Amino acid sequence: MTQAVMERRQVLTFLGALAAAGFVAPQAAFANWDKTAFDAKTMDDALKALGAGTPANSGDVQIVASDIAENGAVVPVQAVSRLPNTERIAILVEKNPNMLAAAFDMAPDTIPEVTARIKMGQTSNVTVLVKADGKFYAASKEIKVTLGGCGG
Amino acid sequence: MNRREFLTVLAAANAAGLLLPGAGLARAEAAAEAVYDAPAFGNVSLLHITDCHAQLKPIHFREPSVNLGIGGMAGRVPHLVGSRLLEHFNLKAGSREAYAYSYLDFENLAGLYGKVGGFAHLATLVKRVRANRPGALLLDGGDTWQGSGTALWTQGQDMVEAAKLLGVDIMTLHWECTYGQDRVREVAETEFAGKIEIVAQNIKTADFGDDVFKPYTLRDVNGVKVAVVGQAFPYTPIANPRYMVADWTFGIREEEMQATVDAARAAGAAVVVVLSHNGMDVDLKMASRVRGIDAILGGHTHDGMPAPSIVANPGGRTLVTNAGSNGKFLGVLDLEVTGGRVADFRYRLMPVFANLLPADPEMDALITRVRAPYEARLGETLAVTEGTLYRRGNFNGSFDQLILDALMAEKDAEIAFSPGFRWGTTLLPGQPITMENLLDQTAITYPYVTLNTMSGEQIKTVLEDVCDNLFNPDPYYQQGGDMVRVGGLSYACDPAAPAGRRIQDMTLNGQPLEASKSYKVAGWAPVAEEAKAAGGEPVWDLVARHLRARRTVAPPQLNLPTLKGVDGNPGLAA
Repeated sequence: MTQAVMERRQVLTFLGALAAAGFVAPQAAFANWDKTAFDAKTMDDALKALGAGTPANSGDVQIVASDIAENGAVVPVQAVSRLPNTERIAILVEKNPNMLAAAFDMAPDTIPEVTARIKMGQTSNVTVLVKADGKFYAASKEIKVTLGGCGG
Repeated sequence: MNRREFLTVLAAANAAGLLLPGAGLARAEAAAEAVYDAPAFGNVSLLHITDCHAQLKPIHFREPSVNLGIGGMAGRVPHLVGSRLLEHFNLKAGSREAYAYSYLDFENLAGLYGKVGGFAHLATLVKRVRANRPGALLLDGGDTWQGSGTALWTQGQDMVEAAKLLGVDIMTLHWECTYGQDRVREVAETEFAGKIEIVAQNIKTADFGDDVFKPYTLRDVNGVKVAVVGQAFPYTPIANPRYMVADWTFGIREEEMQATVDAARAAGAAVVVVLSHNGMDVDLKMASRVRGIDAILGGHTHDGMPAPSIVANPGGRTLVTNAGSNGKFLGVLDLEVTGGRVADFRYRLMPVFANLLPADPEMDALITRVRAPYEARLGETLAVTEGTLYRRGNFNGSFDQLILDALMAEKDAEIAFSPGFRWGTTLLPGQPITMENLLDQTAITYPYVTLNTMSGEQIKTVLEDVCDNLFNPDPYYQQGGDMVRVGGLSYACDPAAPAGRRIQDMTLNGQPLEASKSYKVAGWAPVAEEAKAAGGEPVWDLVARHLRARRTVAPPQLNLPTLKGVDGNPGLAA
């Protein structure tokens, strides 16, 4: 590469290539793979499998996402926790066949902010679930998935 | 152009026979004075155009007789039509203003007051208003490059040149994007460079969320720092083909709007205005939640509102305006800024009456030049209409019905869908329907006709989906278009019902629509990339063929849904 400064896109493409070549180990902690939670078909079962019961809604949990998805196949959802000692952040989609879309275990002193691109089949409430200091908190937002067209 | 110069031009135009026949110079002068005499006020002026949809020539445009507000929006601006709108804004029935702002007595008043808009006439008005407002900025809310045959065939080039000559300073985007992100960037970086600045706080790169355009621009107006924040149409990749803006992502981005406003204030802005393509309901909600915006100059929903709405929020108050469509209006916001803040304001939404505003010669020459290669094709008469042909309205328009009838006949389909666009000009009874008029209703970059087999269930899903885009009780979930126009199929609509339960009593030829049965459905303007690859016939070719074979067109019988739960709603003509 002749350019002195690689652009971010190039850096990431480069890293991606390294990962594909097996030089960078993915950080996924397969030991923590929570099969029961990811297989859950109802919200109650998913929350139960995560040990959450009925989480309290909290203003310290934030879900940042578009009101209407531009593409249901890849919906960017950001989850932010302002709670001290955040241990886990999960994203659940009420009307997906499997509710739990993603779960992140946070190492101590990690800034508790994650973004995932999730798949949604239809308009649904999306919930961010946070486990902090052993307790569960949540925030929800409706994300609309539409057929598109007919605008303007 | 000062008042004296204006009157001189008016006299010359009268001598040349360009004014309303028989009106007489004195009457025309008096009328023009009454409409356009706007004494300067304050020290910062912002002129606003929006949603002209590439209408370079004067046109007729009938305002809607159905523009329902549901839930918290019921009966509130902009959801007022006809006499209820006139009462609210204290306008006299039969007046010039009533003709400009409402559909009432449209055919008669169109004969009396003539065509509206046209860039040559708008240019004269802009010059007149600017003459006693030094430093005034001209803001363009977008939907400028699309809506006519010439705009389509030149990739918006005719409008790019017209906007530059008009003296637009700052613009934001919607339909411009349907020429593709590369075309928009090309114009921004070349022809607009140093002349017109595109701003949009809500267009980001899809990969890293970087700004594609400047979120706002800071201008010095008579020693006052004025920030203009851009808000492009938030749902461009949903309402229009996503593949045309594949690398960009949009959205309302309310929190980023707040951050942008705060940044502009921190940079010393005494005035912060948002040039918005949100649509008026979204603007009203945004104004109630975001602090520090002095005014939102809005478009998209084509609501010509004569006075601003004043919205309270935690930071104070925000003016929300909407400046109509098709080149009909020029918004003029005068601000008195003292001690680093807005102390007072005046707002006028001036209708552009072509008969009262002589054509600006330079703009007229530009329009003649850009149209010249296409005049023959545009001028072809396809048929003559016996009734008024218009589009605007929540559920159907007579021009849409004509398109639906053509689709069903030409494709041998039992049902047809046509998009609920809000642009498209109006024809009066007895007028020829030219190719230009047809393109005014159809000129888009994805005009493909489609013929699909759909189950009754799928048909209901489509209708419910579009209906929610129109009547969701939360404006942030609306897209600002009208209901998909439906041919062949009868249905009832309860706009206040929850999503999924608004569409009822669907019947075809008197028989209930069956969920599992298949139906042949014709349509056009598909947003999926596969539909582009399938390469259907452009809809204007199909409709033109249909019209040429008929010569005269009887007033179309509008297929309208039976409405439920909206009796007495002032957004519905009595």
